[in-house]
Amino acid sequence: MSETLEHIASAARADAPPAIVLDKVNKWFGTMHVLRDVSLTVATGERVVICGPSGSGKSTTIRCINRLEAHQEGRILVNGIELTDDVKALDDIRREVGMVFQSFNLFPHLTILENCTLAPIWVRRMPKKEAEALAMEYLNRVRIPEQANKYPGQLSGGQQQRVAIARALCMKPRIMLFDEPTSALDPEMIKEVLDTMVGLAETGMTMICVTHEMGFARKVADRVVFMDRGEVVEMGTPAQVFENPQTERLKTFLSQILRGH
Amino acid sequence: MSQSTTDPRMLRAPPKRPLRLSWSDERVRGIVWQVLVVGLLGAVVWWLWSNTVHNLEVRRIATGFGFLRREAGLPIAESLIEYNPTDTYLRALMVGLLNTLKVAVVGIVLATLLGTLVGIARLSRNWLLAKLAAVYVEVIRDLPLLLQLLFWYAILQSLPGPRQAMQPLSGIFLSNRGLKLPWVEWQDAHSFALLAFLLGAVGTWLYRRTALRKQMQDGQPRRVWPVALGAMVALPVLVWAALGAPWTVDWPELRGFNFRGGMTISPEYFALLLGLTLYTAGFIAEIVRAGILAVPQGQWEAAQALGLHPGQVLNRIVLPQALRVIVPPMTSQYLNITKNSSLAVAIGYQDIVSIANTTLNQTGQAIEGIAIIMLVYLTISLSISLFMNWYNARIALVER
Repeated sequence: MSETLEHIASAARADAPPAIVLDKVNKWFGTMHVLRDVSLTVATGERVVICGPSGSGKSTTIRCINRLEAHQEGRILVNGIELTDDVKALDDIRREVGMVFQSFNLFPHLTILENCTLAPIWVRRMPKKEAEALAMEYLNRVRIPEQANKYPGQLSGGQQQRVAIARALCMKPRIMLFDEPTSALDPEMIKEVLDTMVGLAETGMTMICVTHEMGFARKVADRVVFMDRGEVVEMGTPAQVFENPQTERLKTFLSQILRGH
Repeated sequence: MSQSTTDPRMLRAPPKRPLRLSWSDERVRGIVWQVLVVGLLGAVVWWLWSNTVHNLEVRRIATGFGFLRREAGLPIAESLIEYNPTDTYLRALMVGLLNTLKVAVVGIVLATLLGTLVGIARLSRNWLLAKLAAVYVEVIRDLPLLLQLLFWYAILQSLPGPRQAMQPLSGIFLSNRGLKLPWVEWQDAHSFALLAFLLGAVGTWLYRRTALRKQMQDGQPRRVWPVALGAMVALPVLVWAALGAPWTVDWPELRGFNFRGGMTISPEYFALLLGLTLYTAGFIAEIVRAGILAVPQGQWEAAQALGLHPGQVLNRIVLPQALRVIVPPMTSQYLNITKNSSLAVAIGYQDIVSIANTTLNQTGQAIEGIAIIMLVYLTISLSISLFMNWYNARIALVER
């Protein structure tokens, strides 16, 4: 166990444990070294935004946290459970970690309500009535309860993404991962999804969000992480990162983002 | 709608476009073409029909199906029902129909199983398995089926004679007379055990439904396999034991130049079944592979991220979406197996075509013979189509 991890672990025993610990995580796609010594600690209740140019490894990083990708070196701890090949540990982690994808990935053959009750019924072993009540509660929170009996194909992109958020929340996760949740949406729909995420942040959920929405980052992020070419380049409060970039790479990135908006 | 305020979109009906009697009106053109085509088709059918009737009259051939009640005098090597050459043509044709069904039904089941396995194997991360499956598919579907049937038949024919028969396991003989297997002497107790098994299967299915309903009420999943084991294995064994546990094995024995007793799988049937199964499985493998690949990667990921186990991901997310891509082309393959079984003629397996052909030669009733063959295949094919369409509608996804 490395020194930083030792330190974190002792801090965890004293205080609330960190929600997520990434310690010198390395990953390769074939011969391409896509994550290089990525280290990041996220405290419980903390909201972190990861940004960076495409191909910087930000999506891969959060996909490693619930093992949609397996890391090859370093350690990942979620709620104190280490992510290994152990299936039991993986089950425990995936129950605690909800994920929202860029392309929504709703199940097209199930209604909105069935999308939301599937995992509570089959993973949490919840009675159907209870699962449906829970689903309606979250659909209310994302403000689309009236669509419950429709199919994903009948909804707009923004509505689908809000359902995806509700679906993840139905598992009552302690951590939510967002992988570019607004990148596939029209401008008017981006707002409704971001509003939902802001509302979620206000409940004290631990969130890691890969996004280029700087307004959202300023508003809710406790910390912004800038990644480039597979490594963490800069990290700090939104003000530090956006107003006072230290590296040339971040300056270039920010100027490109601002020109685009 | 019984709403108090009317939807403004329902107030005004769309205007009807008047039919303009002009060649430049699309609908007029449509009607004219349809009338022409139907008229032409009717004329062709009438011409064929009147020509046939005229020719039959000139040649003084009596039409009708009376010949079916005459004695066939036609030897048939293998039959599912009691048959000897003094029986009627009708019974001979029945035997042929059953032989066709015997190879088609068993072929469909085996080809589906093998094809599904090969299709999944081709998607495997295991390099060797995936490559073997790919080679299998490429080789099998690139060679004509007739060639493959002749190949398997030639191999089975080149086996040693009964006296030098190969004996892979004691009591099992493989020779150029086919495969000989030991078989139990069927008694009432066995029939009752079989009945118990069928009842057990129904019971298991009912239990599974109740278990699912109860799970929806209290959330607790219930194990189905102990019930399945009890109802489908223990119960039949108990029934059989209670009836005295009769067990007399009918061993095949070499008597003179051939075997007596046991169960026989003839080289003709074996070669036809093998050829049809292996050939069609190659196509089914590709259908299954395409079906699974048609489900986007994001569906697997979303289901996994929710904490569903691999089996649940497959059953609840991937298969329902893959099946709607798989079922329609699968229907075509089932029809292909059935129709391709008529290649049996080439290796001397007496299916409906073979027997109807002989009937036709012996009686001269060519039109009736061909009509019977067509009717048989049409009936089987339509039955398969109807069943598969029903199944497809049942699993069809609403989606929007």
